[in-house]
Amino acid sequence: MANATKELEEVQPQRYQASQSTWDTIAESKAFQDLMATKRMFIVPAFVFFVVYYFALPVLVGYAPRFMSTKVIGEVNLAYLFALSQFFVAWLIAGLYVKAANNFDRLAKDILDKAESAKEGK
Amino acid sequence: MANIPLIMFLIFIAITLGITYWASKRSAGASAYFAASRQIKGWQNGIAVAGDYMSAASFLGIAGIIAFQGYDGFLFSVGWLVAYLTVLLVIAEPLRNTGKYTMADVLAYRMKPRPVRAMASLSTLTVSTFYMIAQMVGAGALVKLLLGGYVTYNKAVIGVGVLMIVYVVFGGMLATTWVQIVKAVLLMAGTVLLSILVMAHFHFSFGEFFGAIAHVTYRDAKGATVVKDFLQPGLRYKPPYGPLDLISLGLALIFGTAGLPHILVRFYTVPDARTARHSVVWAMVLIGSFYIMTTFLGFGAATIVGPDFIKTHGGTNMSAPLLANALAGSIFFAFISAIAFATILAVVAGLTISATTSFSHDFWTNVIHNGVERKPGEEVTVARISAFVVGGVAIAIAIVLGPTANVAFLVALAFAVAASANLPVIVLSLFWRRFNTLGAVSGLGVGLLASIGLILISPSLMAIDPPTVTGTARHLIQAKAWFPLENPGILSIPLGFVGAILGTLMSHEPSSQHRFNELLVRSNTGLGAEKSTAA
Repeated sequence: MANATKELEEVQPQRYQASQSTWDTIAESKAFQDLMATKRMFIVPAFVFFVVYYFALPVLVGYAPRFMSTKVIGEVNLAYLFALSQFFVAWLIAGLYVKAANNFDRLAKDILDKAESAKEGK
Repeated sequence: MANIPLIMFLIFIAITLGITYWASKRSAGASAYFAASRQIKGWQNGIAVAGDYMSAASFLGIAGIIAFQGYDGFLFSVGWLVAYLTVLLVIAEPLRNTGKYTMADVLAYRMKPRPVRAMASLSTLTVSTFYMIAQMVGAGALVKLLLGGYVTYNKAVIGVGVLMIVYVVFGGMLATTWVQIVKAVLLMAGTVLLSILVMAHFHFSFGEFFGAIAHVTYRDAKGATVVKDFLQPGLRYKPPYGPLDLISLGLALIFGTAGLPHILVRFYTVPDARTARHSVVWAMVLIGSFYIMTTFLGFGAATIVGPDFIKTHGGTNMSAPLLANALAGSIFFAFISAIAFATILAVVAGLTISATTSFSHDFWTNVIHNGVERKPGEEVTVARISAFVVGGVAIAIAIVLGPTANVAFLVALAFAVAASANLPVIVLSLFWRRFNTLGAVSGLGVGLLASIGLILISPSLMAIDPPTVTGTARHLIQAKAWFPLENPGILSIPLGFVGAILGTLMSHEPSSQHRFNELLVRSNTGLGAEKSTAA
């Protein structure tokens, strides 16, 4: 086990290194727990939503082709409109994520600043 | 007139060689060679990701499937974009924060590095090589069709192979990046132009356009003239297994894209995770716009050129170039053909550099030599040598298979391996504290074997051909397929996860659990992430 850790350090000699207790302290700190909770609150529902919305397309098209062939505007049917909507929904989720992620960055920066100043303070 | 495509090909080759020369002077040192010094800007990387991703299978392949099977072909387009949400929400930022050059950097973080890297490298090489062979065979067949008379299939394959070796050996990641950017810009320009011309043909009336799509006339297999509504689902994916195959394809795309090594390495070329995030968004804008426009390319070819004409003039893959020819004549045909050629070159260059990086960084340095370079610059030298080997092997296999080989399944296989082997292990190592070395190795192994095994017994490789089909176009196993789906994802992805979870539960590795906090903090905050270096 010790051997494995040594190998890792040799690969990445110039990187930020800290003791196990430092990592544990950061991971258990309130600031980090808040960051993780904030991320989870956006990412989990967003992921579930897009997976459900996406797989609704092959399921509906595959198992209800008659219904999906219903013409909506002229010759354009439900199947095509639903497929087209996927693009805009994907872009929308990406846009919302970028907005939410600005908040993640802000929370992460506090943790980073604290960790790096603690390191220099030693 | 046939020499116009040749001239356009040569112009593109000259531009890319110029880029390679420029990049070769800026590629000294490992970080410069493998990761373009991590100085690529967000928008640049976004365009490069798009250029790395949109292969000839998209440009020629999807346009062709839509031209022949209508709406069902358009379903491919949807999955190719939506897949980027997995990359954006789950993979890109943690990967950039914790890794250095390869996907295995993240997997090996808290595990015993040697077994994990060896398996990850095997999986990377499998995905890259299969995907590359599919592209090379496609390139050879395409160039032969476009420049027939000047260039034979073998010469075309050798030409593409030599060019990709030159880009990667001399220009490294920086040259690869800019070749991909130039290609993506050309591809978008060509697609926009073609779309406008299609709409002009229908007097810019969507009513007229969709009216034509609803009444496509062609001859069916028996020679009878039929009129079909190409917007109706079910022309390709028919019962009883069609719908299931469609879902399985969707799974492979949604979870496989985020496990494609040549896409993942792109996120190491930017300065930080925030830029990686922005580059995914840039890529999504381009990729989404492109795939929406396959509506015009594919349905345009179906309505303006017609499936019958395409069938007798080169087949499905020629749909987009033939559409260009019908709308604006031979010069535009040459331009679109040159774009298809550029597309292939940019993708194979990306595949080559991801394969060589993994071989050199994961296998040579970390598995064989315990993570120590024996002399400075060894990792880059080994990568350059392996680029020759990878390129040479791909050329040889593509020539042995020949232009009529049935290779479409190789792309499905690459996505299946990425989704079933790579993705489960990346996700579990980032999010599951209990995960360990045996779990990673068995997850990669089971995912890899399940994908290959299921494809072997699928209709792609197992079928009974009539005696008129000869040589490598024949199916490998002449019997009725045991597994009814062309896409194994629906079974192989769960198997990959089960393999990873069972392997983990069968062993105890406290050190992996202890180091989880470190990985968690690094991946979520970017603490200690690799910095960009001076060029």
